[in-house]
Amino acid sequence: MEAKKETIPRQPMPEQPPEVRRRNFLEVPLGYTPELAMKEAERCLQCKKPSCMEGCPVSIDIPAFISLIKQGEFTKAVRKIWERNALPAVCGRVCPQEIQCEGNCVLGKKGQPVAIGNLERFVADWERAHGKGDLPPKAKPTGKKVAVVGSGPSGLTVAGDLILKGHDVTIFEAFHKPGGVLVYGIPEFRLPKEIVFSEVNFLERLGVKVECNVVVGRTITVDELFQEGFDAVFIGVGAGLPKFMGIPGENLIGVYSANEYLTRSNLMKAYLFPEYDTPIKKGKNVAVIGGGNVAMDAARTAMRLGADRVRIVYRRSREEMPARLAEIHHAEEEGIEFHLLTAPTRFLGDEHGRLVGMECIKMELGEPDASGRRSPVPIKDSKFEMECDLVVIAVGAGANPILTRSTEGLSLNKWGYIIADPETGKTTKKGVWAGGDIVTGQATVILAMGAGRKASDSIHKYLTWGW
Amino acid sequence: MFEILRREELAGGSVVLNEISAPRIAKKAKPGQFVILKATETGERIPLTMAETDPKKGTITIIYQVVGKSTMLFKTLQVGDKFQDVIGPLGQPTHLEKVGNVICVGGGTGVAVLHPITRALKELGNNVTAIIGARTKDLLILEDKMKAASHRLFVCTDDGSYGHHGFVSDVLKDLLQKEDVKLVVAIGPVPMMKFCSQITKEYGVKTIVSLNAIMVDGTGMCGCCRVSIDGEIKFACVDGPEFDGHKVDFDELQKRLTSYGEEEKVAVEEFKRCACSA
Repeated sequence: MEAKKETIPRQPMPEQPPEVRRRNFLEVPLGYTPELAMKEAERCLQCKKPSCMEGCPVSIDIPAFISLIKQGEFTKAVRKIWERNALPAVCGRVCPQEIQCEGNCVLGKKGQPVAIGNLERFVADWERAHGKGDLPPKAKPTGKKVAVVGSGPSGLTVAGDLILKGHDVTIFEAFHKPGGVLVYGIPEFRLPKEIVFSEVNFLERLGVKVECNVVVGRTITVDELFQEGFDAVFIGVGAGLPKFMGIPGENLIGVYSANEYLTRSNLMKAYLFPEYDTPIKKGKNVAVIGGGNVAMDAARTAMRLGADRVRIVYRRSREEMPARLAEIHHAEEEGIEFHLLTAPTRFLGDEHGRLVGMECIKMELGEPDASGRRSPVPIKDSKFEMECDLVVIAVGAGANPILTRSTEGLSLNKWGYIIADPETGKTTKKGVWAGGDIVTGQATVILAMGAGRKASDSIHKYLTWGW
Repeated sequence: MFEILRREELAGGSVVLNEISAPRIAKKAKPGQFVILKATETGERIPLTMAETDPKKGTITIIYQVVGKSTMLFKTLQVGDKFQDVIGPLGQPTHLEKVGNVICVGGGTGVAVLHPITRALKELGNNVTAIIGARTKDLLILEDKMKAASHRLFVCTDDGSYGHHGFVSDVLKDLLQKEDVKLVVAIGPVPMMKFCSQITKEYGVKTIVSLNAIMVDGTGMCGCCRVSIDGEIKFACVDGPEFDGHKVDFDELQKRLTSYGEEEKVAVEEFKRCACSA
């Protein structure tokens, strides 16, 4: 029996070939067929003590849903996931499974782990295409009102959890469309927006109200939400403040923050200009500064917008790159070049204020810094110039102060992030919870969802028993 | 929501006024703040400083010049039509206080933004002089309103078709030579604000300008609207839109405003083509 299972290799997910997909915005992986999914599900050993679950920030019963896939019970499988996670189509795509569930899978010790992410994605997609639209059961109305500020991963999780517990939930979103970073940040080819809207629609069908175009902190304050009759407020506004590098020439035309570049392309659909009205610069020779997932997204977007050459410029070496291996691999396949141990020192422009190049310096690795990674040190006399007509700065994001500055009683740390109890998400202000990037700084979708889960448990307790 | 309740064409149709139903925004908005509007699903997010707000009626008023594809699209909206999205109020309100003699200078549709500020400064007990200008008489807007909002009004046209023949900055300079002025508020095209700021700097008069940088989100998230203030990067959407005119790098702003010149041409041609075939 055991031997038979090991003979089934991990089923790869079919993908668009690199030479085709590098010029289109369609999703890269094409998804499992039911046959492939059932075959992959057969590989699961159904461990008595499943270590994969320990690696999941929202504790999905992974062996149970995989077992249901093996039996061809796809709807039951997705319902099993819904018990812990309202956004499986998203998580199946963007979670770093290699360091979570799949990283813990015992099969991974000797060979390839079960493709848990691919399976999660498969059942969510199957349900969206074939499901009857059944909704999970809801508790009786409690009469309590909850305001969720921000409709990104943490906010959607809180809303999904609390609506099922019978509370009256309203999401306030600053942008004109819900989804937060899932919509403005992650590109279509990695997470089709239709999927996000369908997940939001699922919540709306459960009774969650979504009010877009409300900038909490400007249109309405947190205290005014309480005056409007809300009993609890969850803040999940993300890390919406772009970081620049503080080097000369940063305001030249053609220098973008990753937030701006990706928001134009993803949320505003500038890649469809002029069908959509928002323009975006189509660089021929593009440099993306940074080594994280956002940098990969920006580089791959630039390639799809028609660049001749796209370079990732990162100041440390490949080992220190924070991007997922899969993203780096996808980028490389699509012809993105990697210029490692290199950092820009200034941007060069012409007389019209347009970017024409950048001056860089070579780096070497020194002692480990606070993050535990070896810190880059400039090499003397190693400056050189790199031609480019578009630069995207993807070196991280900070805490946007619009909400926090307008809310009294909310303690912040020295970087401006909200101080919240890591176990409950409770802030220093009564009736207010926070989670996701506005607490931790820029992190992952699933960590934000995990924080949302803890906060929703705590909010439910509060609405039932008190602060 | 966001229904157009009143629509007027000014300056021979090159400028349009829309009074829009937006109760949440109307309740909160203060002079100097702006909104972001998006007309349709495929539309662009356009920042416009509010010309008027009525918290009781729950309306805001915008006055915009028809300059590109998006404002051409806005112009097609009639009473009863809706903007798909209106977001605000955004930006810092004007810092208003009683200082004594104040000059409010407005050019083009900047006059629409200047009007509520002028009125508020007068209500606070300042002695307010207003100078407004346009290229030619037909393009001049809100003359009567500016007259009522100030103690005295000077009108200029570049071509001399009405009022003083010349720029608002000429009149400003003249007044600064003769009078003791505590504050100048200058709102209009970038070159106008630049010249006014240069003049007031000579006389050491504090000057506020309102910057119309290109924006996307308007909440400090993208950094598209960054401007150099005394050599430091600031975001017009959250740190502004008003800044000390003596510290603004106007040349950089002017250049950044041309970022999408080519794309704008494509969009306008496409719009005209579609409008013809429709």
